Amino acid sequence: MATDMTNPVLDALSASEGPILSNEAFPSVPSQTVKAALDRLASRLMVEYETFNSEALIVTKEGEDVAANGSHEARVYQAVLAAMEGLKIKELPEVVGKENAQLGQGSAFKKGWIKKDKDVLRAAADTIVDDTQNDVKKIQRGETVSDANVLKELKKRRLVLPKKVITFKITKGPKYAKELVKEETDLTADMLQNGSWKTATFKPYNFKAMGAATPSGAFHPLNKVKQEFRSIFFEMGFEEMPTNRFVETGFWNFDALFVPQQHPARDLQDTFYISDPLTADRPREDPENDPHRPKPVLKSTGEEKKLDYQEYWENVRQVHENGKYGSIGYRYPWSADESLRLVLRTHTTSISTYMLHKLAANPRPARYFSIDRVFRNEAVDATHLAEFHQIEGVIADFDLTLGGLIGFMEVFFAKMGIHKLRFKPAYNPYTEPSMEIFGYHDGLGKWVEIGNSGMFRPEMLEPMGLPKDMRVYGWGLSLERPTMIKYAVSNIRELLGHKVDLNFIETNPAVRLEKE
Amino acid sequence: MPTISVDKAALFQALGREYTTEEFDELCFEFGIELDEDTTNSERPIVDGVQEPPQLKIEIPANRYDLLCFEGIALMLNIFLERKPLPKYRLVEPPSGELQKIIVKESTTKIRPLVSGAILRNITFDKARYESFIALQDKLHQNLARQRTLVSIGTHDLDTIKGPFTYEAQAPKDIRFVPLNQTKEMNGEELMAFYDKDKNLGRYLHIIRDSPVYPVIYDANRTVCSLPPIINSDHSKITLDTKNVFIEITALDKTKVEIVNKIMVSMFSEYTSEPFTVEPVQIVSEHNGETRITPDIAPRTTQAEVSYINQCCGLQLSAEEICRLLTKMAYEAAPSTTSPDLIDVHIPPTRADILHQADIMEDVAIAYGFNNLPRSFPSKSGTVAQPLPINKLSDIVRTEAAMAGWSEVLPLILCSHDENFSWLNRKDDGNTAVKLANPKTQEFQVVRTSLLPGLLKTIRENKHHTVPMKIFEVSDVAFKDLSMERKSRNERHFAAAWYSKTSGFEVVHGLLDRVMSMLKTAFIIGEEGLENAAVKDSHYWIEELDDPTYFHGHSASIHVRIAGKDHTIGTFGILHPTVLENYGLKYPVSTLEINIETFL
Repeated sequence: MATDMTNPVLDALSASEGPILSNEAFPSVPSQTVKAALDRLASRLMVEYETFNSEALIVTKEGEDVAANGSHEARVYQAVLAAMEGLKIKELPEVVGKENAQLGQGSAFKKGWIKKDKDVLRAAADTIVDDTQNDVKKIQRGETVSDANVLKELKKRRLVLPKKVITFKITKGPKYAKELVKEETDLTADMLQNGSWKTATFKPYNFKAMGAATPSGAFHPLNKVKQEFRSIFFEMGFEEMPTNRFVETGFWNFDALFVPQQHPARDLQDTFYISDPLTADRPREDPENDPHRPKPVLKSTGEEKKLDYQEYWENVRQVHENGKYGSIGYRYPWSADESLRLVLRTHTTSISTYMLHKLAANPRPARYFSIDRVFRNEAVDATHLAEFHQIEGVIADFDLTLGGLIGFMEVFFAKMGIHKLRFKPAYNPYTEPSMEIFGYHDGLGKWVEIGNSGMFRPEMLEPMGLPKDMRVYGWGLSLERPTMIKYAVSNIRELLGHKVDLNFIETNPAVRLEKE
Repeated sequence: MPTISVDKAALFQALGREYTTEEFDELCFEFGIELDEDTTNSERPIVDGVQEPPQLKIEIPANRYDLLCFEGIALMLNIFLERKPLPKYRLVEPPSGELQKIIVKESTTKIRPLVSGAILRNITFDKARYESFIALQDKLHQNLARQRTLVSIGTHDLDTIKGPFTYEAQAPKDIRFVPLNQTKEMNGEELMAFYDKDKNLGRYLHIIRDSPVYPVIYDANRTVCSLPPIINSDHSKITLDTKNVFIEITALDKTKVEIVNKIMVSMFSEYTSEPFTVEPVQIVSEHNGETRITPDIAPRTTQAEVSYINQCCGLQLSAEEICRLLTKMAYEAAPSTTSPDLIDVHIPPTRADILHQADIMEDVAIAYGFNNLPRSFPSKSGTVAQPLPINKLSDIVRTEAAMAGWSEVLPLILCSHDENFSWLNRKDDGNTAVKLANPKTQEFQVVRTSLLPGLLKTIRENKHHTVPMKIFEVSDVAFKDLSMERKSRNERHFAAAWYSKTSGFEVVHGLLDRVMSMLKTAFIIGEEGLENAAVKDSHYWIEELDDPTYFHGHSASIHVRIAGKDHTIGTFGILHPTVLENYGLKYPVSTLEINIETFL
């Protein structure tokens, strides 16, 4: 514990008329100890102080020796003088000590105090004045040595050294008192009860420090962004789709979307196939009373047709194999086995397909969305993981137009602060037209691809039994990519998976897409 | 998407003007291709002392096989810019009137049953054209032909061989020839060994290697022309001086073989002495009814509805205007004489991607300009927003856990078999986990059946974090379920883990209590129509559990009774020290995992 200097400071001020200087009042107290006391007093306005930084010379241990016993050269001279027959050079260290001999011999020659006679040293002066000793003594007394060369020499010989000195000029403050009264650090229940709060002095609060860290839980940053997207969908009237189904069939993931069976996306290089269990059943009715299906809130107006899954299967086969619904099809032998292979869904569009097929029981306007995990058998790198989240939106209505899709995207993306969009023709096996959505990113100063969109192909919709004039928009984007762009995360593994830094999760601020 | 590299100066010369990079990028954008890179200001390779001239690297949509080479890109952009009309491709029979023939033997049905052919007469190659010709075959092989499995192309100097040709299948030993750019004659078996380690050809060998017969094309003198889909013979190879090119295409897929033929001839017939003419080849294939004359380069004729196109695009164009826009996209179209709502459309042989009038409609929109379309907001029909019930329930649990001071993590769903089973001291009974057939790494062998592996890995990767670490996840696991159409089902779990110098057993227990009490409330509010009696009836309890995942005597199973029905929904406890060791964790861990679907 450092000494508490508060009372000595108050006492010194009381004894003095004007300001006091810390180096005079407390020469031996370290300056940080003085400062701690001054800060404490100053925060209570009991003192005021100014700080001066200066450089002072202090006498080293060697210098103190010189001041007491004379300079090295003077001691050499005295030793030589004392030897009546002169002093043998090699005996000098024994007489004056190794250090004095080494440091003093040369100077004594230079000053003409001694001379050399063969191997013997003899005195060359009758008396000497030891300036070095005198100068060090002067500095010791606090007097100044003005000759710069002399000072330089003393420093070089490390007899004196410069040192930073902090001096405080201390004056009484507006609330000066002779004693520091006891201060309360907190208002307590006891003080309220006994009324001591009325007279107590409270320790001033430090407004420059942070508060006590509050223990808190946290949501994952990616889920916070996901929640923003969910809100946007809810604000725009969308129903959330049942994407709690990682395993899909070739049928729902590809065939029903009019993705031909030889499409590269179905390569082992791109899609995870399942080895156990191996084969799916053909599409069939869902089990009854599935708790995962929300109960419809709008009373259905039309008649609910019973869905014919066998017919759907056949329609899909035909539209691939021979063409149907005005399409010439892909004209290849469609394999039922390929369609029944199990895969990890490569997109949540498989669920959109499932939902649109359900819609065919009673075709009516509908808006669906989902944000959930999808799987790609990709090599992992800074921007690719085998898993990521797909955001997907679907709007089904009669006589929708392409301009409506563009207009919708403008509103959708404006809700997350992206106001300049343009659309590029693209290719996607299940949408026609297909449009890549580019948004202008002010921070990056360029157009960035932010999503894919399109109108689902008739070859996908009509086999379900949806009417020809029902058009369906679909669009999708990954959850990770916009998050990475927004928060300048360069590696997807810092955002998703077990390698994410828990500190990042716990300190990541709230997400407001429209503001940022 | 394939990326095509084209010579910048040559392309701009073909387009009749210079473009800045930005201007060309804009043109690509509107047309639906993407300028990936302009190498003008990049370091370019030096080949034979000459630096490669600036290239434009252009990304092509995967279904536009007609844009896979310089010739196609230049032609289609010129048509789009209305600088050039669509060429009229013509079949021209040889003066003798006798077509070259490929006679198909029935033996080919055992390995690669289909063949198609064409001849380009009096073609003039130069270095650029020759290289483009080779590169197009390569691009077609990679994309449409699925790495040569479905289709493969052989091209030959017709003046070195003599028809009629035969396409047959023979035992590998009986096929002898000098492969392209080699000097030594080898048989089929030797050839497989010779190319086994070849970086380029090695990857195609598997297509036929183990078959008892290999497909082969002979000329009239029994000279081998090619061993599809691997390699051509050196004898008939084409050079810069080749005048007459014989193209043979073998395949498994009837549609794709003709698409490839049409693309090859429509792209390179431009360089014949009479541009855009092709000499057909007769395929004689009686055994499977595939006798025909190839290629069929006549435009495909179809009709499209004016009202459909206008409705989808949100436009009111006349039939004539639509037809004019379609010429920019390489169609020939005219208002139909049969109905005012129809247009007759001739789809050129280059556009194999047109399947439906939807494709024609899209091309009208592209020609009009996506970004010029009148924009509107689709607002005529009201819908009602709704969350998925399980997600709403998950959000309640997530919120409670986070409010209780726990941090949410998001590990991966796929994990290794060990992480899911043996590292947790669990045995795989073979009926639990969904297993992947083709993972690239051991990290992705199964779909997790528990959230614990992800939580424990997250702790392992965060050892720099202060203790205690309190983490949770609410997410899906999946189980094998043979009663389902997809033979599996997801299940929504809530799991939490505590990591510190002390076990935290009662802390995890406390979190369970908190979430349970909050769920009970949610349950009562959420289920209208339930009698209040049910409130009393919805409670939970725990029972001591003997489970090797946990430390003996420090684990419990969790039970709920909802509306008189009992469910076991999960477990919690101190993890067994061997589990900690498996996951490389130095401090004790307590975990909790429950299935929350019971509360739906």
